[in-house]
Amino acid sequence: MVITQEKTQVTVKDFKTDQKSTWCPGCGDFGILSAVQTALINAGIAPWQVMLVGGIGCGSKLPDYIRANGYMTLHGRASSIASGFHLANTDLVTIAISGDGDGFGIGIGHLVHNMRRNMDIVHIIENNEVYGLTKGQYSPTSKRGFKTSTSPEGAIEFAINPLSLAVSAGATFVGRSYSGDPKHAAEIIKLAIEHKGYALVEILQTCPTYNKGQNNDWYKAQTYKIKEENPNYDETNMLHAFELALKDDGRYPMGVLYHNTERPSYTEQVPALQQNKTALINHSLELKADLFEQLKKSYV
Amino acid sequence: MAFKQGLEQKLEQIQNKKMAQKQTISIKVAGAAGQGVESGGQGISKALRRGGLHLFGVSDYMSLIKGGHNFFQITLSNEAVYAHTEKFHLFISFDPQNVEDTLSHIRELHEGAGFIVDADTALKPEITATLQEVGANLFAMPLSKLAADLGGSKIMMNTVALGGVAGLMKLPFEKLEGVIRENFGKKSNEIAEKNIAVAKAGYEYAIQNYASQFKFSLPYNLQMGDKMLINGNEAIAMGSYTAGCRFISAYPMTPGTSVFEWFTKRNAQLGVVTKHTEDEIAALCMAIGAAQAGARSMTTTSGGGFCLMVEALGLAGMTEVPVVVVNAMRGGPSTGLPTRTEQADLLFAINASHGEFPKIVLTPGTIEQCYDAGVRAHNLAEKYQVPVIILTDQLLAGQVRDTDLSAFYTPEIDRGKFISKEQLDKLEGEYLRFAFTEDGVSPRALQGHPKTVHAPATDEHDETGHITETADNRIKMMNKRMHKLEVARSEMKGPEFYGPENADLTMIVWGSTYGAAREAVDLFNRDEKNKEKINLLHFYEVWPFPTKAAEEALKKTKFTISVEQNYTSQFARLLKVETSHDVKVKINKYDGRPLAPEEICVHVQNVLKQAQLATA
Repeated sequence: MVITQEKTQVTVKDFKTDQKSTWCPGCGDFGILSAVQTALINAGIAPWQVMLVGGIGCGSKLPDYIRANGYMTLHGRASSIASGFHLANTDLVTIAISGDGDGFGIGIGHLVHNMRRNMDIVHIIENNEVYGLTKGQYSPTSKRGFKTSTSPEGAIEFAINPLSLAVSAGATFVGRSYSGDPKHAAEIIKLAIEHKGYALVEILQTCPTYNKGQNNDWYKAQTYKIKEENPNYDETNMLHAFELALKDDGRYPMGVLYHNTERPSYTEQVPALQQNKTALINHSLELKADLFEQLKKSYV
Repeated sequence: MAFKQGLEQKLEQIQNKKMAQKQTISIKVAGAAGQGVESGGQGISKALRRGGLHLFGVSDYMSLIKGGHNFFQITLSNEAVYAHTEKFHLFISFDPQNVEDTLSHIRELHEGAGFIVDADTALKPEITATLQEVGANLFAMPLSKLAADLGGSKIMMNTVALGGVAGLMKLPFEKLEGVIRENFGKKSNEIAEKNIAVAKAGYEYAIQNYASQFKFSLPYNLQMGDKMLINGNEAIAMGSYTAGCRFISAYPMTPGTSVFEWFTKRNAQLGVVTKHTEDEIAALCMAIGAAQAGARSMTTTSGGGFCLMVEALGLAGMTEVPVVVVNAMRGGPSTGLPTRTEQADLLFAINASHGEFPKIVLTPGTIEQCYDAGVRAHNLAEKYQVPVIILTDQLLAGQVRDTDLSAFYTPEIDRGKFISKEQLDKLEGEYLRFAFTEDGVSPRALQGHPKTVHAPATDEHDETGHITETADNRIKMMNKRMHKLEVARSEMKGPEFYGPENADLTMIVWGSTYGAAREAVDLFNRDEKNKEKINLLHFYEVWPFPTKAAEEALKKTKFTISVEQNYTSQFARLLKVETSHDVKVKINKYDGRPLAPEEICVHVQNVLKQAQLATA
């Protein structure tokens, strides 16, 4: 995002809340919560300078478990509500938080449009490849053959590929991390925050209740860091990003897959926001008498 | 002798004045989509209005881009006029080859009326026969010839026809000239001059050849001064803007779109963020996001789009976000009658979304009320921190009526219990977004200040906004939210009468039906054959229902009937639930066409006849 506010010195204590989490023990969401917090601290963003818009799902409850501005909204609509919030108040760093059902299932329509708009928000999508809060149904990212209560013979559909989807839809920052490596996740989130334009951060996540097979050991074996494997990887090259995203070797590349700094963000092209360099909510509501008269006269 | 003559003349003048309290001339312009029916209708409306006439205009169009059959109806009068009429004095057709529609329009002509058509078009024998049958005159003007000769293109034939209308209406030509210059001058002076030339030719041709046959006329009021010709949607948009709306997100849907386009056209000038979204769900969600941030926000749609919005409407209700939704109703269900009018979303709007939460529903009936609804919606939304729905319809959305500039007042912006940044700086203690208060409305501070860090949840939440499912808190929060409805109820404007007091019959109407019902009151009471007198009671702010005011008003009625553009008498049913009042007879129209005053009078006469039979 274009960060308009001054950096603030903050620590873990500033984000601490008494609210008890309802996540299962061992849930990957704990790691993600810690990563979000670390990213904000490292980026110098105080609890009152950020807006965390959650959808619905286990991970979307994150704003309830951190002391920061937030809004827990509707299933699938986090990115729309975050976009509206951002356009009205460009001073806050706006982060939408969804799960794989919220982001790639019910909310995929909004997701791709906010990507192609290059809306200047961060969208964190926690991907555990299963529906948790509704008690274990297959999700749009579940692997083909995944057996759940709604796919007893195994899912027939092919899973969505979040990374290739994001690149083709026009996201200008596409990153991936994993809940078992909060330090890495925090780094990617921080880069996403500092990116101007739409940033998708997919965070692979364990679900110890409904997706037991993909535990931390499994993820450790299946994931690798892009830069470690290929120090010369050029994240500004869209074709490289596609190649990596579509590589079908069962392993998950982690890090910044794609980064485009050329495209203007949606926000910087909105006339009402550009002519008046302050956030929309600070614009005067006063009605100019001559303008009002002119509007009326145009109908005479 | 001279004295007697003078007295007689005076008596006749008085008589005339009495008889002709209100005179009207109705004009219909018809053609295929793309032939300039709408723009031509608007142009001649403006010119006639400026001449010094009251005017009501409404268009009838089909859901297509080219072809089909559209028409624009203008009712002119020496007095305020609120509806179209069933019969016409002047009919201009650009597609007389469309025999079926043309014949149906001709059958609506008064005796002595005029039918303007291009002389180059061969008319089907049934058209000329029907014209003779109704006693109307054929004015076969050389429209395309004059357009080609003087303007260089047949395209200008509709301008020739409008010149003809102005001529027959004895409108000073400079009024039409002025409008043409304004409309075409932006494109090029040359085009404007050509159009003026062809209009002038049509004007003179009509006067020379048809003036003696066309016997209708209206006195122009030269002192009338400036009036706006603005439609309902534009009035809602302007009211919203003047009340401080700075964010509108919408997905195009007829007939709600023009509220959005009013803003998009002026977004830079007015400093309003306008966002065309991917669907109606996103439209309301973005508006809610912007409203949560603190901007006065709205969206606009029609029934189908509103269906998609209702989940988000519940979000606004639950998290107490002020947001305004315009639902311009059209014929439903499903795709229904996309370009036609209906009032069938009333109970849906009031009950929209699952669960129970407070919302406000305004149902303006006139252009002035549309402006007022735009203003009030934003003030009420923020004052009570609830979603507000403006329920209008196709008829009101697209109609124009001469409107006083002063009716569009400079509004006061009432942000309710809004805590400013300066007040926050001095705030002591923890800020509670959903603090329990006497009136249920919690002080509202925006996110973005060190003292207001909070995260409202769409789940049931406590005073801080955190999720909680305890029974005790649930009861308190439900009571808090629902109590706002009771407080707001006292602020809802009650119904208003039009017509004589102590009328024998009262029509209960809501929303846009006001116009035709008002004209019906005048028409009915003016007819000396009608022994009884009628009036109307109009509801324009319906939820929370203004029960007390409604009950007081109903005491002043003798015999009530409901007149609604829907099948199931939704307002009559609402009235019954809220006041126990049973209307005696329910009149319904659901063919998508707006009620005409004459049509209402026929219903009223039938009702009265049957009531007399019943008592006899």
